Formats: sequence, C-alpha cells, structure tokens
Amino acid sequence: MTLANPSDFNGSLQPQGWLKYFSFSLDHKVIGLQYLVCGFIFYLIGGALAGVIRTELASPISDFVSRETYNEVLTLHGTVMIFLWIVPVVNGGFGNYLIPFYVGARDMAFPRLNAVAFWLIPPAGILLISSYFIAGAAAQSGWTAYPPLSLTTPAAGQVVWILSVLLLGGSSIFGGINFIATVLKLRRPGLKLMQLPMYCWAMLGTSILVVLSTPVLAGTLILLSFDIIAHTGFFNPALGGNVVVYQHLFWFYSHPAVYIMVLPAFGLVSEILPVHARKPLFGYTTMVYSIMAIVFLGLIVWAHHMFTSGTPPWMRLFFTIATSFIAVPTGIKFFNWLATLWGGKIALNSAMLFSCAFIVNFVFGGITGVALAQVPFDIHVHDTYFVVGHFHYIVYGGTVFVIFGSLYHWYPKFTGRMLNEDLGRLHFLLTFIGFNLCFAPQHWLGLNGMPRRVAEYDPAFTTLNQISSVGALLMAISTLPLLINVVLTAINGKVAGDNPWNALTPEWLTSSPPPVENWLGEAPLVTEPYGYGQKQEVTP
Amino acid sequence: MQIRTTLTVLTAATALVLTGLWVGNNVNMLPIGASSNAATYDSLFKVLFSIGTMLFVGIVILLVYSLFKFRRRSGDLSDGLAIEGNLPLEIVWTAIPAVVVLFVGIYSYDIYERMGGMVALNDHSAMDHAAMAQPAMQASASSRVWGGIGAAGMDAPSVGKVLPVEVTAMQFAFIFHYPDANITSGELHVPAGQSVELHMEAKDVIHAFWVPQFRLKQDIIPGQPTVLSFTATRAGSYPIVCAELCGPYHGGMRSNVVVHEPEAYSAWLQQNSPISTTTT
Repeated sequence: MTLANPSDFNGSLQPQGWLKYFSFSLDHKVIGLQYLVCGFIFYLIGGALAGVIRTELASPISDFVSRETYNEVLTLHGTVMIFLWIVPVVNGGFGNYLIPFYVGARDMAFPRLNAVAFWLIPPAGILLISSYFIAGAAAQSGWTAYPPLSLTTPAAGQVVWILSVLLLGGSSIFGGINFIATVLKLRRPGLKLMQLPMYCWAMLGTSILVVLSTPVLAGTLILLSFDIIAHTGFFNPALGGNVVVYQHLFWFYSHPAVYIMVLPAFGLVSEILPVHARKPLFGYTTMVYSIMAIVFLGLIVWAHHMFTSGTPPWMRLFFTIATSFIAVPTGIKFFNWLATLWGGKIALNSAMLFSCAFIVNFVFGGITGVALAQVPFDIHVHDTYFVVGHFHYIVYGGTVFVIFGSLYHWYPKFTGRMLNEDLGRLHFLLTFIGFNLCFAPQHWLGLNGMPRRVAEYDPAFTTLNQISSVGALLMAISTLPLLINVVLTAINGKVAGDNPWNALTPEWLTSSPPPVENWLGEAPLVTEPYGYGQKQEVTP
Repeated sequence: MQIRTTLTVLTAATALVLTGLWVGNNVNMLPIGASSNAATYDSLFKVLFSIGTMLFVGIVILLVYSLFKFRRRSGDLSDGLAIEGNLPLEIVWTAIPAVVVLFVGIYSYDIYERMGGMVALNDHSAMDHAAMAQPAMQASASSRVWGGIGAAGMDAPSVGKVLPVEVTAMQFAFIFHYPDANITSGELHVPAGQSVELHMEAKDVIHAFWVPQFRLKQDIIPGQPTVLSFTATRAGSYPIVCAELCGPYHGGMRSNVVVHEPEAYSAWLQQNSPISTTTT
C-alpha cells in the first residue's frame, strides 16, 4: 500500500452518482465499468458491421454494398472487435475491476495512468469509425494492413486507421504496465504470489505480452505511415522495400494479441468454475506454469501466419513445431478445468453455461489450430474461410463466451442486483446456436475453395453461406435478451447481497457494489481463494 | 470396483478411437484431388481429422457427463470434495497432448517432405535454374527466388521435362505466358502427368495463387519472383483463386486451370501457337 494512496484523489472532488462514469475517475471499479460499457457499445457497432458482411455474403454476387465499402467494412469489423471490444474488455474491464481486490489493494498502482489509458479509447474509437465519413474512404486493406495494398488504397483512411490503432496500442501498454506493477508490488502484506487467484496470473502473463509486443506493432505502423505520407520505402517494393518484413513485424504483435485476448479469458473461467462447482481449482501450480509457458511460446510462433509468404523451409519447420507445442500447456488447462468440475456440486446457471460452452468451442478451435500449425495442411487452407471459422471459434467461442459468463457472474457485485436467469438462459441458447450455425459451416467452405475477404463467391457455396448468415442473424438477436435483462434488472432486479454465490475470492468479502477503496476496514487476507470443501460456509 | 472402472475407461477409449478413425476415413470434407500432392495432403487430413474427432468428442462427452452426473441437487448447499490436484493424473494429461503433438509434427514433416516442401528453392542452383528457364526474369530476380512447395516432390510421378510457365498477377487477373511456345493466355493449360514450374511475379500488390483441387497455395509478392511447382494428375477444369486481399475486386480475381491429357495438350498448343496461326 505504499505506491498509491488513492484517498488523495478519490475524495469529494470526484463527481458522485452516475456522473462519475463520465468523469476522469481514478477509482479502479469505475474505470473497469467504463471499459466494459464502452467496449460493449463498440461490440454492437462491430456486430452491425458483421451484419453487413453476412448480408453481402447471403448471395454469391456482390449486390448489397459496393466492393470498396465491403473492404472498409471488413477492415473496420476486425479492428473494432479486436482493439475496441475484446482487448479492452477482458484486460481493462475485468482486470481493473478485479485485480485490486485480488491482491488486497485499494486501487491500481497508477490510478491516473489508468484513467488516461481508458480515456484514450473513446476518442480512438470515434476517430476510427469517423474515418468512414470524414476522410472520404476508410481503410480498405483489412485489419492486417499489408503493404503494398495499404500503400495504394485511399491514404487518408489508412493514416487515420494507423493513428487510431496507435492510440489503442498506447492505452493497452499503459494498462499492461499498471497490471504488472499492481500484481507484483501492491499485494497486501502476507499474501504470497502462489496464493493469488488465477486471474492475477493470467493478467500478469497477458501484460508481459502486451508490454513486449505492442511497441513492435506501434513501430511498424509508424514506418507504414511514413511510407504513406512521406513516400519512404520501408515496405514499398517499388522503392526497394520488403513487404515480408512488414508481415514478420506485424505478426510479432498480432499473434501474441491472440493470447492477449485469450489468456484473460482463461483466468476468468478459472474464477467462475470453482465457485459454481463448489470445488477447488484443480492443479493450481500447473495452471500457473501453463500460463507462463503459453506466454513464452506465444512470442515465438508468429510466422505460422506466413507459411505461404515464401518463408524458407527451416523457418516453416521451426514455427510448426513451436505452434504445435502451445497445445500442451493449453491442453493442461482444459483437463484441469474438467477435473475441477468432476465430483463437484455444479449449478448450471447462465455463468456456468457460457463457461462450459467456452470449453466446447475453444477445444474445437484449438484442434483446428493444431491442424493449421502444420505447414502442409495450412498451405491449402491459409487465407480461406477455414481460418475465419477457426479464429472465430477462438475469439468469439472462446473469449466472448467468457465475457458473457463473467457478466452473469460479476454483475451482482457491479450493481448489487442479480441478472434474471431465464433471460440469461435464453441469451445463452441463442448465442450458442447462432454462433455454431454461423461459424461451423465456414470450415467446409474454406476446405472446398472459398477464400476469405471476398464480396462474391462461387455459387456452389450459396447454401452454406446462407446458413452462416442465418446464424449471424441469431447472434444479433441474442443481444436483445441481454440488453433487456440489464435494463429490467437495473429497474427491479433481485437484490444480490454481498456474496450471492458463496464465493471465497476477496471481491465478495465486501458490499455490492463495493465502497470507494473497496473495504470499509482492513483488506481481508485471503490465502485460499479456492478453499471449497474445507472451510466453513461463508454466510452472507 | 477398481476393475469395473478400468474396464469402463478402456471400453470408452476404444469406442472413441474407433469413432475417430471411422469419421476420419468416411466423412469427406475435401474437394476432389487433381495433383500429385493432393493424395498426400488428403492422407494427412484424414489423420488430423481422426485425432481431432477423438479429442473433441471425448472432451465434450466428459464435460456433458460431468454436468449431469455432478449437478447440484436443489437445497444442497454443501461443497464438493476438496481435491486440489493429482500429480500422476496431471502428468498423464501433459504427456498425452505432448505425444499427440509430437506424432502430428513428425508425421506432417514427413508429408511436407514428400510434397517437396523441404527442397530449398531459394538456394543458388534453383536460382540459376529459374534464371535459365526464363531469361526475362533475370533482370528482376536481383537476388532471391522465393519458393513454395518444392520442385520435384518424391511422390510426383512426372514424366519428361519440366514445363515452365510465367505467371503475372495484377489487379485483378492472372496472365499466363508459355515461353517455349510463345503463347499468352488468361487460363492456365497444363498436361496431366508433367511437372509444371510456375515463375510468378506480382505487378502491384500481393496476390496468391490457389488451386483448391491441387491443395496448393503460394503468395505472389511484389519484388520477389516466386517459383511454384506441381504435377497435375486428373484431367478437368479447376478454379484458380486469388487468396490474398488485393483490392475491391479481390473476390472476382479468378481464373481456371485446364488439365489436358498429353495429346489434347499438344493439340491446344498447336491451336494457340502464334507461329502456326501465321503460317496457315
């Protein structure tokens, strides 16, 4: 408790009531909720863009939007979903809310930096979306922005895109530094590292990846902007530049970015499963080592995105092996989660339904991932709808399902009220069916000849594309029960009490919602966050 | 009791393995194969599909079984068993994925080698070969020739000499030029059974040459002449698809590869050769 003394900041000068959510608040819980709500708004925008894509692809000819618009839409969809929804929500959102509780602190290590990190996001997001209207044409080169295409498409939109991603990357780095400092330096006296809830380890690992790899993306995009604005030749083959170098630098960040999106979800699931299965998290120590192994391996696998880019054979071989081996620590985590459920007393509520569906979806995406890691397999399906299906199983079926599960789990803590279970189950059912209907057929499409990022395709693929579009429609509808649930609960939801799940982690050992500085008295010392079955019940 | 558990586990595992093998061998997810490495690819696919099915079905059954078997009875507020870990079990499920991954890695390396992927195309001899085959390339191929799947896969039952074809990719078309016959075509025509070597160049942005029925794909990168070899095995017409986002009409950047029987190919050469048209 030496690094930060938030009581200096969070006094009477801060706005109270709902206005605080629109202020430069230094309270980690306010910032966490700011991230969550802001991220969800961008999720709806990104979802609408996905709706445009699936509408266009409901017929084999390009007939819904112009071809240029289609490329703008797919670029914005990817960028919004990654940089404005998933990364900010699983890191900044749940991280800011939960990490100070888990380490027994009253706030993050650097509250002002924390607020700055959040307030970079809305302007960056508005800038990105507005490039569609003000710059004449938004970026059209995909979220990967490969040169030379990104050098030849309308320059203004591409530069605005770069600026926006730089701001979001900066926000991400600030957050990463803050999490590392908080977990390592702000622990309550007496609390050891190996006693921390698993989400702390996930955020520590994720933040290491953020701090190591995001600056590489920033540097790369700055060079790309020089190529566009000042006509330098870093990546322009006409001026002696090398486009494959860009791909190496880009994926040096963007593969770890997958783990930046997925590791926090692993952490959140590790919190949810023990509570609702009433059992300790199985294999705590191996879970910690698995996270760190994934962090290390995640940094040395980037070139598996470039197996068709003319990489030399030895490089293909090395990256195949490194990528395949990520399956080992990941597999350990999944078996440990199954063992956590085994012999428990499982309450299959909305939080659990989403968490268990995450296991199903992610195992599927993981298996196709190991297949994709094999060079000869990848050479056929690279840049096809097989890959689109695969990574949506990872980031949507994996992370987004966990975000929803976490919402049902922690909403009582955020607001003091319980979300409605019936609407929650409806939300789950629609999401699960819609998601699988949308993305499962895409694997077959890719194997049989449909490349990604196309506005038109072989008419032989029409039926499966239409099934996929129906799935997307169901996913769009699935957000309605969630929105209705949140609004109805805010009006007359069941009062939750401090600890509706009888959970043992520290955020439940205070009021709902918690007071400024988290606990009225001393922060509790929780050395066994998963001590189910051995301690007395915590009675509310 | 111990024996019964062991028997149940063994039966379940056997059933799972058989299911996986059946699915891998009987569910066809791929288009027809029309090149010499398609068969090699398909055998890799079968193995991966079988293993993947075993793991996926096994984990889903285990999960669903747990959710039913260990569901909380209403009114039960007690906790489950306080089991925090089990070292032998954890060693087992670290070892299983490690062995599976190792097997898959070694097997796919073998497949890759049989496809000719380990033949270094950017070495000196390959460069000379490319330069000799196509003098026009010599000027632009200042340093390196980048290769995809290699020249002569061990499985390639190719006969006769290699047929060189120059491929130019641009927004939004492929153009094929036959240096020996001096034919320029918007479609690729090749004889079955003969090894074809594509010398590919991109004029503007990155494109990719993909024939799903050949199970082959190679990016065509501006500034880096690229060689891609294959041997077609099955007569017919197959789509050539651009697989790298290259601009607004990316989805429309398609062509066809027509695989002829050798005699039909000679006829096609005759018909389209500029010399024959001027002499007749």
